[in-house]
This record gives sequence, C-alpha cells and structure tokens, in this order.
Amino acid sequence: MNVRGEPVNNEAVVADVAAAASPRDIIVARDVHKWFGELHVLRGIDLTVTAGEVVVIFGASGSGKSTFIRTINRLEEHQRGDIIVDGIELTNDIRNIAAIRSEIGMVFQSFNLFPHLTALQNVTLGPVRVRKWSRERAEERAMELLRRVGIPEQAHKHPAQLSGGQQQRVAIARALAMQPKIMLFDEPTSALDPEMINEVLDVMRGLAQSGMTMLCVTHEMGFARAVADRMVFFDEGLIVEQGPPKQIFGDPQQDRTKQFLSQILH
Amino acid sequence: MTVETLPPPRLSVGPVAWLRANLFASLPSSLSTGLLLGLIIVLGINVTSWATTEARWEVVTGNARLLLIGQYPADQAWRVWLSLAILSALTGMSAGVFGRTTRTLAISLSACQLLLAALLAVSPVGPLIVAGLLANAAGVWVGFVLGRRGLVPRRALVVAWVLSMPASFLLLSGVAASGPLPSVSSNLWGGLLLTILIAAVGIVLSFPLGVLLALGRRSSLPAVRLLSTGYIELVRGVPLVTILFMADIMLPLFLPGEVRLDRVARAMGAITLFSAAYLAENVRGGLQAIPSGQIEAAQALGLNGVQTNLHIVLPQALRAVIPANVGLFISLLKDTTLVTIIGLFELLGIARAVLAQPESLGATMEIFVFIAVVFFVLCYAMSQASYRLERALGVGTR
Repeated sequence: MNVRGEPVNNEAVVADVAAAASPRDIIVARDVHKWFGELHVLRGIDLTVTAGEVVVIFGASGSGKSTFIRTINRLEEHQRGDIIVDGIELTNDIRNIAAIRSEIGMVFQSFNLFPHLTALQNVTLGPVRVRKWSRERAEERAMELLRRVGIPEQAHKHPAQLSGGQQQRVAIARALAMQPKIMLFDEPTSALDPEMINEVLDVMRGLAQSGMTMLCVTHEMGFARAVADRMVFFDEGLIVEQGPPKQIFGDPQQDRTKQFLSQILH
Repeated sequence: MTVETLPPPRLSVGPVAWLRANLFASLPSSLSTGLLLGLIIVLGINVTSWATTEARWEVVTGNARLLLIGQYPADQAWRVWLSLAILSALTGMSAGVFGRTTRTLAISLSACQLLLAALLAVSPVGPLIVAGLLANAAGVWVGFVLGRRGLVPRRALVVAWVLSMPASFLLLSGVAASGPLPSVSSNLWGGLLLTILIAAVGIVLSFPLGVLLALGRRSSLPAVRLLSTGYIELVRGVPLVTILFMADIMLPLFLPGEVRLDRVARAMGAITLFSAAYLAENVRGGLQAIPSGQIEAAQALGLNGVQTNLHIVLPQALRAVIPANVGLFISLLKDTTLVTIIGLFELLGIARAVLAQPESLGATMEIFVFIAVVFFVLCYAMSQASYRLERALGVGTR
C-alpha cells in the first residue's frame, strides 16, 4: 500500500503526496467556473493532479465532470479561475493551447475516429501533421501502439469495419501516438456493448501501470477500485468528496456520495 | 432435441420464370405488358426507319468540322489535336498511377473517342479525323500502361495536370500574329471544342472557389462571413443569362478602355462565378453533416484550424456531396449552351448556324438529334464517373 492508499481527507492527500515524492503538479485547477448560457455548470473546481497519478472522476450525469476534463485541453473554455497544465497556463493564447493540446491525449465516449481514414492513418495523422514526423517513423510507431492495444491485424481497416471495442482501442492508440504526458478519458466505455468493455479497460489498466498520468470520467467502479490512486466525486458542478478508492468505497463521508454509490453499486 | 436443417426454398429460376413472375403474373399485368410492348415496338420501328431511310445525316457529317471545332482555321487544327492528345495521355497515365476513379474517366474518354470515330467513319469527313481519334484512344491506353508500370512519377503527373490547362489554352490561342503559333482569335473557337473548354474551365475553377465560399460562410470572422453570404445570395438570385449579359456588355464599360478582356474568357468567368455560388451551398450542406466530435478529436490531437479543415472536415464533407456536385457540373455543361446569346458559337450555336445554310433546309431533326446525343454521352460519362467515385470512396458505407 502506497502513501496515497491510506484513508485521508482531500488536502492531506495532496500534501502527503507532495511530501512523499515531491513530484511535479502536472495539472493545477483553481476555482474553475463555467457557464453554458445561464446554466452554471462548473461552480469552483479545485483539483491538483501530480505526475503519474490516476484520478477517476465520477458522479451523476449533468454534474459537470465531462465539462471539467474538457476544459483541461480547452475543448471547453473556462470563464473564471486558472488552469495550469505542465507549467503552462490556459489562456486564449493560441500558442499555449496548441502546446497544451499536443501534450494531452483525449479519448471520447463516442470514439470520434476519422471514418475516412484507416486505423493506421488515424494513428499517424497527429505525429505526421503536428509533430512533423516522417511517414515511415510515424507508421512504425503506430504499429507498435496498435500491437500494444492488441489489434495490429486491423491496421488497414476503416473504423466502420471494426467493433466498438476495437474502435476505442484505436482511439487510445491515436491519442498515445502524440506521446502525451497526460491522458483524458471521457466515459470511454459508456458507448460499448458489455462484452467489449473489458478489452478497453485492460488497455487502460496497462497504461496506468506504465506510469501515465490519467484523468478518467467513468462509471466502471471495478476499474476505479483496482487502478485509481484517487477518486473524485462531482455533484452539481462541485467536488463534493475525494480520496483513495478504499476510503470512497469503504467509508464515504458525504451523504450525497453514499447515496450515489448505493445507486450504482446496488 | 435436434433441429433439422432444411434446404432453402426452391426459387423459380430462368428467364421464363422471371417473365411469368414479373410481366405476366395476372391478366391486368399481361395486358399492360402487351400494350407497352406494342408501343415500344411501334416507336422503335418508326425511329429506326426514320434514322436509316429518311434522315439526311450528311448535314451532320458534312459539317462535322464546324460542329467539332467551329471556325478554327483548318490549317491550325493540329493544335486542337495536340491539346486533345495531351488530355488523352494525362488521363491514361493518371488511370495507371492513381487507378480507381480516374480509370473510369479514362475509359469514358476513350469510349467517347471511339464512338465518335465510329460515327465519323461512315461519313465523308475523311479518314484523317477518324485516325486521329483512334490514335487518341490508343494514347489513353499507352498512358495507362506506362502509368501502371510505374514509369510516371506521381508528383510530375500532378504538376503536368496543373500546367495542362494553361498550356492547352496557350496552344489554342497562340502567342503572336505570325510564327509557329499564330494567334487564333477566340471569336473563331466554336462547336464542341468551345463547349468542352467552357465547361472544363467552369468546373475546375468553380470547385475551389465554391469550397472557399462555403468555408467563408461558416467563418468566425464576421467580414468574411458577410462577404461570402452576400456573394452567394446575390449570385443565386440572378439568372445566368443576366450574368452572361453583364459580363459581356457591362464589364467592358467598367474597365479602362485599353483593357480588352477576351469574350470567351468573360463567358468562362461568368459561368464559373455563377456555378461557384451553387457549389458553395452544396458544400455547406456537407460541412454541416460533420459531427462536432470529429472537429473536437482533431483539435485534441493538436491540429490547427487549417489542418482540421484540410484533413478531417473537407475530405468527409466533399465526399458526402459528390452526387449533388456532379449534378451541378452536369447542369453547368448543359448551361454552356446559353453562351450563344452573347454571340459565341458553341455546339448549339454552331448547329443553328449550320441550319441557317440553305443546303441544310429541313434537316433540323438530324442536327438536334446529333446535339442531344453528344450532350447525353458527355453527361452520362460524368454521372458514371461519379457513381464509380462514390463507390471507390465508400460513400454511405464508411
């Protein structure tokens, strides 16, 4: 059991980790607010993620968890507060946004693979166009990644010819091809048939073990219990409770957390 | 319990069974089949007997040169042949190098040439034209074989295509009053040559312009958006005839006296600008069909706006609107007949000039049937190429 595994409260977790390994804070969000029109969807989020940490974000739909991780690579613009990713502050400066996006990989609920490109071309697109790698180098690396997610034999198929689980694994390989420091997962298994969920979770588990910093919005509580260093519960645009899985599952402090967990764990 | 596997039910097969099932299934069905068959037979006999006995095809064949190249000087006709040869060779090579869709274009082109050669072979225009057409069809195949063998570098081919249009133009119009390439006034261009030139320039130029207008209409910059929208709405609200008149009569009034824009160039410009507005709206429809997740995924990879449009949005949007755009190009080809009203003798215009000759008296049918067949062949080739393109790109399946 590592330091982070012990049941402690929010501030203590961060302080503990900082004291234990003096790691870098790779994501720092301070008092982040976001409105959709009149709707106040993020109402002051404070979250610090250290390099190598696996954070699972969960909560009811509409609680702002997806919106929050989308603000981290600026797919959504936050309107108040600060977000600092790997020492770069997210502002309207296009160069900052480009720099941050190339360091963050993102996996979407609906895969969002490019349907007109083969699996291999999906994976090489970023390295070739953004990183300006040669096609040979990008393809070599892409094949390596497709082997890692277990589908090298599907490299020359188009997304429509792949199952949902295979598509999501290609999407993970596509995000990894940019050699990101952080991976964001926005409900990566919600659109999958039950028998395909595990093949995607296996890939994510492997990724977590390799030391990747991960932020996952997911309802897969088995995955969270096994892999997460920290779980964060969102409710109505606020972080209600956070802590290691053992504490969240074993001894949740807030009524709202208890209620939500009892609904999804039965 | 075991489940018996049953053979599939026996289907009635064979032509007789098909006839019985589809054409003579019941008494009313048999009656209507008989009635329609009778009509078709009567019509077929009448048309055939007219075409073989009554029709004076010599009006068409005797004026073949006029119908094909208009009043382009006969001693300079080799320049038209050379342009055609460049087109044939490039199309053939592309079919060999790129395959798929360009192959359909190459097949269409050589088929048109062979068809025309066969038609002219029975006419008194002389074996030279027939031989020229056959040589071009052969050129397509030679190009194809060369391309297939990998003897043509991809990049050189693309450059050659880009250069081919201005080169053909230069070749046809000439450079100086005398010398090896004496200039031929575009007033003398005509017939099928002019029809194809106007349509080709219109298609090639209106496509990029239309795509830019469609992107401009969705731009986040208000000035660009307003200009694009204004242009599209203005041009779509005005008949093509009006635009042609304006290009022909009014444009010179606004230009300084010494600037003399070629009349053919003005017609080409008018058709291009007109067609671009419609194309922009087609493309905009395709752009709207792209899910926002595609753009988000591209942004998340770090692609910038231009890269996202170029590699993600446009390839999918343009593919989705192929049928609409080909429809537009087909009507553009047919709309070129309208340039007769500003005094250009494209295929239809020259046909009416031919009809005005006393010796063509009463041969209206023959001429117009010929024109209709030529347009049909061109349009059918385009629509076939578009079906092939859709299948090659997997429209609707991917």
